[in-house]
Amino acid sequence: MKAAGSRAIGKGAGVGRTDASTGRLRGRAREAFRQCFSFRWVAAAVIVLVWFVYFPVVDNFIISTTRSDIYTGDVSYVGLGNYSRLLHDKVVWSALWNNCAYAVISVIFQVFGAFILAGIIESLRSDFWRRFWRALYFVPSAISLTVTGLLFYFIYQPQIGILDAVMRATGLGALIQPWLGSEHTAIYAIIAMSQWQGFGYSTLLFAVAIQKIPGEIFDAARIDGIGPIRRIISITWPLTREMTGLMILVTITGAFQVFNEVMVMTGGGPNNASQVLGTWVYQQGFIQDDFGYGAAIASVVFVATMLTGAAHLWYTKRGRVSW
Amino acid sequence: MTTLAVPHTGPRVSATRIIGRTLLLSFLVCLGIVVAYPLLWMALNGFKDNEQIFGTPFSLPRHFSWANYVNAWNHGVRSYVITSLLVTISSGICTVLISAWTAFGLTRTHLPGRPFILALVLGGLMLSPTVALIPLVQMFQGLGLYNSDWALIILYTAFRVPFTTFLIRAYMIDLPAELDEAATIDGATDSQRFWRVILPMCRPIIISCIILHVLFAWNEYIFAMVFTSGSDTTTLPVGLALLMARHSTNYAEVFAAMTISALPIVVVFFATQRYFVRGLAEGIGK
Repeated sequence: MKAAGSRAIGKGAGVGRTDASTGRLRGRAREAFRQCFSFRWVAAAVIVLVWFVYFPVVDNFIISTTRSDIYTGDVSYVGLGNYSRLLHDKVVWSALWNNCAYAVISVIFQVFGAFILAGIIESLRSDFWRRFWRALYFVPSAISLTVTGLLFYFIYQPQIGILDAVMRATGLGALIQPWLGSEHTAIYAIIAMSQWQGFGYSTLLFAVAIQKIPGEIFDAARIDGIGPIRRIISITWPLTREMTGLMILVTITGAFQVFNEVMVMTGGGPNNASQVLGTWVYQQGFIQDDFGYGAAIASVVFVATMLTGAAHLWYTKRGRVSW
Repeated sequence: MTTLAVPHTGPRVSATRIIGRTLLLSFLVCLGIVVAYPLLWMALNGFKDNEQIFGTPFSLPRHFSWANYVNAWNHGVRSYVITSLLVTISSGICTVLISAWTAFGLTRTHLPGRPFILALVLGGLMLSPTVALIPLVQMFQGLGLYNSDWALIILYTAFRVPFTTFLIRAYMIDLPAELDEAATIDGATDSQRFWRVILPMCRPIIISCIILHVLFAWNEYIFAMVFTSGSDTTTLPVGLALLMARHSTNYAEVFAAMTISALPIVVVFFATQRYFVRGLAEGIGK
């Protein structure tokens, strides 16, 4: 409409107008090109992620429907065969149980325990001591699980280990177990090590979250005569809710990916009692060379992680507290 | 009634408060001992000989001899340290660069389809190495990168880009838009805007990201174990497990090797603690 109108005005003006609109068109094309060209900023990440993260995860499901012959190398399609085998595999069920135990105990100590600990540390008046305790508790998290795993392997050892010696010295000698050697205690001994290693990390994160709460809120509560415990329950807890949700998500998904400490401390033994899904994937996929079955076990890890993620989304959607 | 009650509650409250504080402090101290003592025990055992480790587990070493540390260093730890350094530094540079570019593209350009790309990148946070392990091994065998440093550098980068981008993006998104406008008016191109304006302003979070990546790469185990088998490509965590299997009778040397592996990362943490906490506060607390 406008273009037609402007053309009617006169020849000279019309020519000028067309020039301007092609110029604008060219400008718009250049702008669109520039926008697409800014794709180069994210290209590296997209390529690396699609190639080495997304594609393998999809490929894992394809592999899980196959069976490869170890001797001839032939690959045949078996549909859901690996999955039905999974349902009858006792070790898969005990591994799943171990992962769940890992998740529950870690949430208790590394989320709720760490939250309380962070509350205590942040209630200290001296800045130096707050920093000191946060840093000291964090140290095991900086060290690799291989080192801490091996360290606790030695600590649990009957001859040279210090745990049994401490227990004897404090009159708990009757409770001594072959910690890593017994089917009943092996996984819990590993979980205990993991709490020792990991609680400082979440304590540090909670301390950071508590620091972000405006000090006036605490001051106001203190003036109103609200005690320290009440302050933690009614102020700190609801205002760090987002961090708590995030920590629970990270802790549970982490619990389903446990591998390192089990591999180093027991290798899944004794009698597969301390196998977790991660080590069972490795055992089936790389020791037994049964890629298809290993991939099927890995799918269980995938489903567990996704369910946790979905639960977290639901939790955060339920409304957030802000200030 | 009330006048009587006031003098009574005054001292009682402060008494419970003192008891409470003492309890809290002794709790913190006990927990501190539980954390620190095993690590001290590990370092001290590196100075003992086997006889002492078995005989007197709690005592100090009879004489501080560096022999175990030197032997561990010569029995492979040196090569593990070199590989770990190489892999950690290379993958750290790749990860932080790619993540910073991505965060820049997602927050400070008019990239079409940003929500989709953001979802793609952050979705990577939910995908774990365990699930991708078997296909990745087949893929890297096909690429001829299996059992090479490249395998670890690529994998560490790919699996850490989502988290690192998440942190840098949270920081970049809060930088004022006037920065970009001023730079554009001054005739800066997109790259100049990134390298000269935005990236320098992100220094605190970049430092935190580097530290977090070093913590990850120095300690990573599952990829390092599955993707390498030769001694030239063995990183420290895998090398330690090997050392344990090989020298399982010479405990003192294993303790020394463990201490050598743990010490650098603890030093790095203490040296950079201030940046680390500040970066986390600014990146995660959103």
